[in-house]
This record gives sequence, C-alpha cells and structure tokens, in this order.
Amino acid sequence: MALDQSFVGRTYPATDPYEVGREKIREFAEAVGDTNPVYTDPEAAKALGYADVIAPPTFVFSITFKAAGEVVRDPLLGLDYSRVVHGDQKFAYRRPVRAGDRLTVTSTIEAIKSMAGNEIVDIRGEVHDEAGEHVVTAWTKLVARAAEEA
Amino acid sequence: MTAKIAYADVEVGTELPAQTFTVDRATLVQYAGASGDFNPIHWNEKFAKGVGLPDVIAHGMFTMAEAIRVVTDWVGDPGAVVDYGVRFTKPVVVPDDERGAVIEVAGKVAAKLDDNTVRVDLLVTSGGQKVLGMSRAVVRLG
Repeated sequence: MALDQSFVGRTYPATDPYEVGREKIREFAEAVGDTNPVYTDPEAAKALGYADVIAPPTFVFSITFKAAGEVVRDPLLGLDYSRVVHGDQKFAYRRPVRAGDRLTVTSTIEAIKSMAGNEIVDIRGEVHDEAGEHVVTAWTKLVARAAEEA
Repeated sequence: MTAKIAYADVEVGTELPAQTFTVDRATLVQYAGASGDFNPIHWNEKFAKGVGLPDVIAHGMFTMAEAIRVVTDWVGDPGAVVDYGVRFTKPVVVPDDERGAVIEVAGKVAAKLDDNTVRVDLLVTSGGQKVLGMSRAVVRLG
C-alpha cells in the first residue's frame, strides 16, 4: 500500500533536549575504536579551540535517528517499521557536537517515493543547540522493503 | 578548527593513508550499547537469518563511523569535517569466529572547493565487496 503523499513536507515538533555528556562521547569513541584525544581529553579539545570535548562526526545520529523513529512510527503515516532498512545517510555540520550541548531535533519528511514495491522515506533532522543556533543537519533515507507474497 | 593538512599542499588525486578496521561480534555489542541501536540483526544470528540475512551484519552506522576516520586521522581535527554522506549498498557480514570481518577504507582528494575545503571520496570494502557507495566527505583544511 502506497504511503500518503500528503505527509511530504510535514514537520514534527522539536524533541526534548538531549544533553551531550563527556562520558557518553567517550563510550562512543571507544566503541568505534577511535583514540583521538579530542573526544576524551578537554585539554586536547581546548588546544584545537573547543570549549570541551567534541563528538565523532556520526555520534549525532543516535539523537536524530531517535527523532526520526517517532516520525516513521507515526500510525497515520502507516510505514511498516519491521521492514525498514537504512538506505543513505548524510550530515552537514555547522560545528561539531560537544559535551554540554543541549540538542533538540526537528524532523521533516522531505520525500516519499514508491519503487518496485519498496517505500522510500527521506527525513531531514535539523539539530539546534540551547541558544537556538544550528549545529548539524542529518538526512536519513529509510527503505521499507516490499512485503513478500504469502 | 585546526586542520594539520594545508590546502595548498594537496592536489586532486592526493591519497589519504588507507586503514583497515576489524569488527567482530563483541565490537557490535559494544557499538549497540554506545549508539543505542539494539536491532537484533546486529547481534542475534537466529533473528538475522530469520529475516533473510546470511548472518549477523554490522550496523551501517558503525561502518560509516569507521570510514570517516581515514579523513579525521588525516586532518587531525574531526571538527574540520563539513559534510559527510554515504549510501549503504551491501551489509558487512560478521561471522561468529575469532577473525570477524575486516573493513578496508581508502580515500583520495576528488576536488578542491572554495574556502579551503576539499572533497574526499572514500572507497569502503569488506571481503572484496564495496559496502558503502557515494561515500564522500567535505573537509576544511588549514
């Protein structure tokens, strides 16, 4: 069943703030095996001009994907979330995410397409800090694979 | 923002130091915890096979996180990354053995852009197959 095209352009309310913690950044950097001290040592971060440790470039996905999840689980949109795979991912950074940030995400459905029975949804997540300044934009393409014939 | 590579010192075709990254089941469990992505296709073989996958697969975002390290290790300052995008073309299959899977990442400067930025194109493979497509980063140099 094709998804409702009228959802294209729909923007969802901003999420509650996510507070970025030093130890969460450390945990993420360790999980990807990245030993760059700018992720764990505030002095190393200051030496590069940052107020506190910064996060690896893809760290923010955890926050934007949670916000996108609320969109794709919107019962009115009717996407079969159990069949969803990640198609594309892109980020455009104004500045790196850093410890102490309180980030909100505003998600917008940019496009809905149907190809060979697959439903494709493009979601843009705008991430802002507590001062309302733009930090990063994340574009996520989700593909709900066609259901197999019973 | 303090990149250790100078814009004047790179040309189109300049190669970044290539890297390889090993991923095993323990890596995936650790990444699941750190990222909050607990989809069982990344840790439960029975579940993964039940949805038609050959075995447990790595998180696409894990592979994306490793691939950009070729760029961030090159410039030193990860905050120099202006844009980064990938297409997830093939899954990285992670067998339950001592070796796991290996992700190989090569990168080269594809274009010199305005404001001391360059576009780096990344080639990301595992087991001889390209796992990320359209894998590109724009990074600001010194």
